[in-house]
Order: sequence, then structure tokens, then C-alpha cells
Amino acid sequence: MSTLTASDIDPLLSLSGVTKSFPGVRALSDVSLNLYPGKVTALVGENGAGKSTVVKVLTGIYQPDEGEIEIEGQQVRFPTPQSAESAGVTAIHQETVLFDELSVAENIFLGHAPKGKFGLIDKSVMTSRASEILSGIGANIEPSATLKDLGTANKHLVAIARALSIDARAVIMDEPTAALSQKEIEELYDLVEGLKAQGKAILFISHKFDEIFRIADFYTVYRDGQMVGEGAITDVSEPELVKMMVGRDVNQIYPERDHNIGTDILEVEGYEHPTEFADIGFNLRQGEILGFYGLVGAGRSEFMQALFGITRPSGGTVKIDGAPVTIRSPADAVECGIVYVPEDRGRQGTIGALPIFQNVTLPSLARTSRHGFINLANEFKLAREYTERLDLRAASLDTDVGNLSGGNQQKVVIAKWLATRPKVIILDEPTKGIDIGSKAAVHEFMAELAAQGLAIIMVSSEIPEIVGMSDRVIVMREGRIATELNRAEITPETLVSHAAGIREAAQ
Amino acid sequence: MTTTSRMIPDRLQTPLERKLKSWESLLMLVAIGIFIINSFASPYFLNVWNLSDATFNFTEKAMIAFAMALLIISGEIDLSVAAIIALASTAMGAAVQLGVSTEGLVLIGLLVGLACGAFNGFLVTGLGLPSIVVTIGTMSLFRGISFIILGDQAYRGYPSDFAFFGQGYVWWVITFEFVLFAIIAVIYAIILHMTNFGRAVYAIGNNATAALFSGIRVGRVKFILFLLTGLMSGVAAICLTSRLGSTRPSIAVGWELEIVTMVVLGGVSILGGSGSIPGVVIAAFVMGLVTFGLGLLNVPGIVMSIVIGALLISVIALPRLWSMWRT
Repeated sequence: MSTLTASDIDPLLSLSGVTKSFPGVRALSDVSLNLYPGKVTALVGENGAGKSTVVKVLTGIYQPDEGEIEIEGQQVRFPTPQSAESAGVTAIHQETVLFDELSVAENIFLGHAPKGKFGLIDKSVMTSRASEILSGIGANIEPSATLKDLGTANKHLVAIARALSIDARAVIMDEPTAALSQKEIEELYDLVEGLKAQGKAILFISHKFDEIFRIADFYTVYRDGQMVGEGAITDVSEPELVKMMVGRDVNQIYPERDHNIGTDILEVEGYEHPTEFADIGFNLRQGEILGFYGLVGAGRSEFMQALFGITRPSGGTVKIDGAPVTIRSPADAVECGIVYVPEDRGRQGTIGALPIFQNVTLPSLARTSRHGFINLANEFKLAREYTERLDLRAASLDTDVGNLSGGNQQKVVIAKWLATRPKVIILDEPTKGIDIGSKAAVHEFMAELAAQGLAIIMVSSEIPEIVGMSDRVIVMREGRIATELNRAEITPETLVSHAAGIREAAQ
Repeated sequence: MTTTSRMIPDRLQTPLERKLKSWESLLMLVAIGIFIINSFASPYFLNVWNLSDATFNFTEKAMIAFAMALLIISGEIDLSVAAIIALASTAMGAAVQLGVSTEGLVLIGLLVGLACGAFNGFLVTGLGLPSIVVTIGTMSLFRGISFIILGDQAYRGYPSDFAFFGQGYVWWVITFEFVLFAIIAVIYAIILHMTNFGRAVYAIGNNATAALFSGIRVGRVKFILFLLTGLMSGVAAICLTSRLGSTRPSIAVGWELEIVTMVVLGGVSILGGSGSIPGVVIAAFVMGLVTFGLGLLNVPGIVMSIVIGALLISVIALPRLWSMWRT
């Protein structure tokens, strides 16, 4: 790894020794980050590496447990988002935090509008300053337009104008190009050049390597909440960055397993949706773990939810054991033996205010009951059987699920589905946000289930998990299948390059 | 996977312990308190015939309140129930003019209730509209139809055997309506607390998304709940029409709020997800006793609503204040 060549510039904003923990997870551990005036620093890392957390620390949404933030050598604290803004730090988020029903000018000046008589908002000053800022960034937007009438690209420009309106010195751009077309991306690059020329320090977060190499002056790589490398972008190559991102010691912690793969159990053909995905076709065999990898927004969860009957696909067929089935609702999917462990555990997976046993038996009530009447003894028996197999930790089966840790909640969701004796289980980011111990338990259990002949689809954005667990991987990009990789071809490098669409690095 | 011999207990608290610490226990104390106060306040209170009459203050409303309780637990609401009574009663009154028999009248009452419930249910679950808006709309719609048909007229001339539903006694002081109220209470308690359907209602009310993701047919369950609420409004319409012996379009005006009050007083969370039928039963008695007690003291109706309102707010606020004071 190369040495930092920025020693002749003092950082405008610097973060050092920052640690941030959440119950069960250490999101950031002793990380640092430096932003230089007139320079772009790219922050690179897998999903869950701590990028979003560090942005939230920088914008006053999270308070670090330890560590310091300095602006031009002066130590600062951001107890609120407002304090970060007044110190000149602003962020343009992945999903722009703007207000659809307000005008462009109101969005730009919300919270710091120019005041006139009686402390009321001076609309004419606000409008003229808004149009000044907008034309300064080459945006042809009417300040009085209502935000909802603008396209995604123009909304981004409004977000950028908002950042400039508070006279920001450090601008954080969190995946600013995710929703933009190629032409709009080019315009964004010009804009970033303009900001550089004004001496602003820019933090640029992106998964797309071509962008990073095009626009960044420096890079910083995070992995698992730690900083694993930084330097000048000219001193690093794409493969080197990928290597830093995914790390080396990947395989050891994943369970050894036999790959006893049986016959086809699920066949999907031509699944499509007007906006989210197109032409998805694959087969899944008994005892197989099929990984789905892709960047956030590649359409993996959207496809899985269509397969599970939550959303209606516009076309496509599903066969279970060779027989075509129609899935119009999750209830239909469960009857066919397809179950889904969602990514958003709190909202979609568990019912926090109901006890563990009721969560587990909810889809299996037809089996525990007699003529539709609840039989508590049967319910406790079934819940006990499956929660104990998953090594659940809880005070009692009557404890509300909302009181459990993330890892134990996930075990409840998995237990709930296993109790239905499914044929295919779809796990969407099965270990996202859960502690290391529960993670290992979930992985071991997946291996055990596959060994028993269950067919498993695992959607994951964590490369080590995909590499460590999958028999086969389907990589999705922009709603389509980019490639299918068999066991020998699954490497962090191939995954990242196919997901991001880098061809040369695939070799 | 490591197999430890560690056992997770089924429960830490017995169901009885849970019950003793519950809302229902608190409400029961309130009911007993009101009973005692009433018996001191008026010498006429402890007369069995007076008490029997007093049950009419809540029996019809409570029949709807049980179905409403399930609907509110599931996270929906039906504010059109009183208007359904008006429409069902109007339909029965119109049928009387055509010489329809008592059996036919009962059938018409029930069918109109079911049809109105199905209409609400379709708008909410089929079109995905918010139930509070839908049923505010159908509240005006259903009663509006009644007004168009009747104007300032009234339907009378119900057959003499039709009077039994609202005026008949089953045994000694026990009215038919009270028996029906008790039977319906038991049925709804069984549905909510002892069946898979009831479990689905709680699951939907606590997290409709997760319930859907758990394979519950959320739309179907909610539609059935609207049907049941409509049906119970039809039953109440039969009882009330029979008791009054006539139909005016203003019949049961304002009942929807009293019914919702009864449900909430019974410990059902207005946000959905929790509550019980025993709670609503006790709440029905509390509201009936308060109304009856104040009536014996010749307190005017408007003051009664003030008392009921104050009771609702204080019973809901007291536990919150108590826990704030302790911490």
C-alpha cells in the first residue's frame, strides 16, 4: 500500500479514533477520516462497513462513543444536525431528505430561511437567492416549482443547492449517482469540479469504481467498522481497492459442509416487473444454497418479494417440483412451501408486541389448532421444538419478541418458517445487523438445513457471507441477472466486478 | 449445532397473574365503585326491575361494541354503525308497510347490516382506502338514504310478535336483549381469544405488514370483521326498532361515538393490537350504570355525556399518571 501524499495540505475536517457501538454491534471501531480543502475523498467499503454510520457522526445524527472531530485543527462537537450544519458540514443523502409538497426555494432554505419584518420569511429574498444558487450550479430549475414535479436528477440538484445555501465547507455526497442517468452523472462531475474550485472539501461515497477513479483525489477504505487503508487515488489500482474492501481472511469462520445437491425443486422463468426487475430465470435444487449478490438497489429483494407474493410480477412462471403454481399472496407462497425471511426484521419479520411462541406459530396455526380453535399446549410444543433447534436465548417463550436482541429476533423469524416445514426458504440479508455469535449460529444452521435437503436462497450484500456459504451465486445488476457463478468461480473479485459492471477486473 | 440442555420456560407469569394485573381488574373496581355510589345516591337503584330496565342502556350498543372491538384491535374502525342501524330499521319499516312477517323483518335487518358491512369492507380492503374516511362517508350515506325515504315521517305498525326482541322477558326480570347480549359476548370472546381467527386479528393489529409476511390473509380477515360489524349493527337495529316500536331516520344518532367510547374504555387500544372482550363487557356495565344512576338523579342528558367523557379520559389517564408519578 502506498503512503499518503497529502502531507503538504492540512485537512479541513478530520475524524480520529472514532468508535460507535449499538446494542450487539460495534459499527465503528477507532476509525479516522480526513477531508482536504478543494479535494475529493472517496470513502469505499462494503455494505455494513460503517460508511453510513460515519456520515451520521459527521452530520450530528449520531454521537460517537469515543474519538474526536476537528475542523481546521479546532476540536468540535456536533450534538445536533443543526450544529453540524452551522459548522459548515452538510450531506446529500442516498435518498434525498427533501419535502415533496414544498417549493424548490423552501426546500433549499428550510430551517435557515432569510427573515424579514416580524421574523417572517422574506419570500422575495429567498427566491432570488435560491435562483442565484441554482444558476451557480448550472441548474435550470424554477425556485417556485413544487419539488414533487421535478425528476430525480433535479431533486439531487436541489439537495446540492441546499448544501451550498448554508455555505458548507465540507460536503458529503452519499451515493449521489445511484439514481442518475449517464448524462446527469457527467453534469454532476462538472458540479463537483466547481465545488473543488471553490475550495470545498468533499466526501464522495460510491460503490462504482469508475466514478471513484474519475473524480476522487484520495481514498479511504472501511471494512467491518475499521479503517483498513487510505491514500492518494493515483497510487492504487481497482483490484487493490477491492482486496482492501473485502479483506482476506474470509473462509475460516464459515461452516464446513457436504454439498449433497439433489434434484430441481424450484424453477423460475421470465419473472419481470414494470420497474424493478426483468427476465429473472433460474433453478434451485434440494440441499443447495443459492446466493444472490448485487449492489443495494439491484432488485434482489424486490424480486424475492414478488416470488413470495407480496408484489405482483407482470410476467413469469414458477414451478415447484415441476408443477406450475400461482402465487398471488404470501399465504399462497407458504402453501406452496416457499417462505421468506425479510431483511426488515422489525417491520416485516416479527410482531414485537406478541410473545415468542405466538410469532413462531402464526403461519402454522392450522396445524397446532383443532377446527380453528387455539391449542396452547401444541403451540408451546411447536415453538419450543424450533426455537431450541436454533439455540434461542430468551427468558421464556411468553416474552414479547420486541424485547429480544436482533440476533434472537432473527432466530424467531427463522423458527417461524421452519415450523411450516417449507421446501424453499429465502433469507434476505439473514445476518444483517446481528452480532457475531448469532451470525455464526445462523450460518451453521443454514448449513444444517441444506444438509437436510432444504433449498435455500440467500440474498446477501456481504461478500464474505456469499463466498463462505453459497454453492452457486447469481449476481444481479440493475434489475437483471448479470451472471451466474458456480462454486469454483465465486471470489470476492468476480462478485464485485460483475455487480458493479467492471469487466477488466473480472480476470 | 451445539445442543445444550438449557430449557426456556413456557411462561414466567401464569395467565391468572397476568389477569390480576390487568386493565380489566382496574375497570372491575371502577364498576363496583359506581354500583356502590349509585346504591347510596338513589333509593330506587337497588330495585331489580329498575336494574333490568337499566340494561337497555347498553345491551344494543354493546352488541356492536364487541364486533367493533375486533375491528379496532385489527387497526380499523367503523363509524357508520349507527347509520347502518338507521338504514336497517328503515328497510324493516318499509317492509312492514308491504306486510312482511316478523321472520322476514329479521332477515331484512340482518341482510341490510351485512350488505352495509360488505360495502365498507370492500372500500377498505378492496380499494385500500383508510377506514376512518370510508366510514365517515358511509355514515352520511346510509343515514342520508334513511332521510330521503322517511323525511320527517316515521314507520310504525310493526307486528305484535316483533316486539319481543326489544321488550320481551325470557325469565323473571331477565330480558331477551340481555340474554342475547350475553350470548354474543360469549361468542365474540371465543372468536377473539380462542380461535386462529382471533390470533390473526391481534397479529394484524400489532403489525399488519409482518402479519401479511407471515402468510396471514390480511385483507380477508379485515373484510370479515367489517361484515361482522355490519351484521351486529343489523342485530342491534332489530332490537332497537322492536323496543321503540317505530322507525325515524334519526334513530340511534350519535351511537357510533358511544360504542367507540365503550370499546376504548374496555381497554382496547385505539391504535390497534390489544384489548379483550371481558374488558368491553365490564365497560358496557360501567357505562350503563353511570347513565342509569345519573338518570335516577334526574341529571340531564348533556351532563351525562360530560360525565361519560370525563370517565373515559380519567380511566385512560390514571394508569399513565400513576406510572409517571412512580418513575
